[in-house]
Amino acid sequence: MNNVAVIDYGMGNLHSVSKALESLGNDVRVTITSDADVILSADRIVFPGVGAIRDCMAEIRRLGVDAIVSEAVAAGKPVLAICVGMQALMDFSEENGHVECLGILPGEVKRFGGSGVLFDAEGERLKVPHMGWNNVRQMTGHPLWQGIDDNSRFYFVHSYFVEPADHSQLAGETEYGHRFAAALSKNSLFAVQFHPEKSQHCGLQLLRNFLAWDGQC
Amino acid sequence: MALAKRIIPCLDCDKGRVVKGVKFLDIRDAGDPVEIARRYSDAGADEITFLDITASHEGRETTVKTVEAIASQVFIPLTVGGGIRTLEDIRTMLNAGADKVSINTAAVTNPEFVRQAAEKFGSQCIVVAVDAKKVSTEGEADRWEIFTHGGRKPTGLDAIEWAKKMVSYGAGEILLTSMDRDGTKIGFDLALNRAISNAVDVPVIASGGVGNLQHLVDGVLHGGADAVLAASIFHFGEYSIPEAKQYMADRGITMRL
Repeated sequence: MNNVAVIDYGMGNLHSVSKALESLGNDVRVTITSDADVILSADRIVFPGVGAIRDCMAEIRRLGVDAIVSEAVAAGKPVLAICVGMQALMDFSEENGHVECLGILPGEVKRFGGSGVLFDAEGERLKVPHMGWNNVRQMTGHPLWQGIDDNSRFYFVHSYFVEPADHSQLAGETEYGHRFAAALSKNSLFAVQFHPEKSQHCGLQLLRNFLAWDGQC
Repeated sequence: MALAKRIIPCLDCDKGRVVKGVKFLDIRDAGDPVEIARRYSDAGADEITFLDITASHEGRETTVKTVEAIASQVFIPLTVGGGIRTLEDIRTMLNAGADKVSINTAAVTNPEFVRQAAEKFGSQCIVVAVDAKKVSTEGEADRWEIFTHGGRKPTGLDAIEWAKKMVSYGAGEILLTSMDRDGTKIGFDLALNRAISNAVDVPVIASGGVGNLQHLVDGVLHGGADAVLAASIFHFGEYSIPEAKQYMADRGITMRL
């Protein structure tokens, strides 16, 4: 059995990521939980997140998810953070004023266009949220990119983006008005801004790679 | 290297069955939304919109099961619309596997609902459906008004002001339907689409009136649409999704091919 714990801190739709993982093999068992023992005894952990960062961080702290994620990362267990889950790993976010995050990865979370308007290189106004399918340039030869073409399109939906402080952790980059971190990697931790569970073939391949990953890179 | 424009097929469902007929020659059950959604996803649809027109309460429970079934098998974004009136309705649909919900009449009767929904679930999953009809007469400056009840009931709300208000309340996307064009197959109301797209920062999905692939191109290039929604041209097999995407890409539009 390949036991996957999807961390549930009460923030939205965990059905999709669970079903996507389950679709990849009969030996995959997904548990949606906030129980520290269950999470830490799983073979691998998904740290999802949707919605506003302030509410997410409040629940993450209330349920002790911060300590669980830190412990799992320290133990070298494969962890996949998705969307707001990725943002929560950074030092802080500009969203909702200023929200302190977990500080597991160095860097900050900023809004597209700041408080103004976002433009592309041709001066065309870009809509925020960044919603839809965009290219991801692979910056490393990480095991989670295996079998996925460079510059493949993944599904994004977010108004805030991650600006990492340590560029050696940049695993994938996307352009929307400017370049931003689509994926970060550190030891057994892989974090993505896009939604692999909603990115059809490429997304499922990334999840398949995650299910097979031993946490080494 | 840029964000792709999206093609979104729309399934109208009643009690868990697709209505307005889908005519794929080789499909086993043309009324099964799960099979149709899977078909569209395999063909390269960028999202699926599931519009529930079921009136009865029992029927809506079937809808939840259908959404669950689609979300278990189709791994592209799924929007569910029709009859979303309470925060509980939204929670039910998101838990069933919807990524976004589309709010229509409830936004008009209680705009605060949109604000509460966005605060609770995040703007990224709140789509506001704007059904607009042209009310200006020949020679006057263009003016559109919001209509409810399938375009029968005027509300007195100016469409552009309304769209801006909904975005300020937290709508993450606008699904814009021209009630003048819906079902006509003569193309989107491009002036309407351009006016709304210019007025708001969030993505706008153009809907209503698609009869051929050039209409999709015009929606993006002249209507400023970020996504195009269509039902019948795909359901009746007049055009396939890959054909539509290639046609748009050939005319300089960034697509996921």
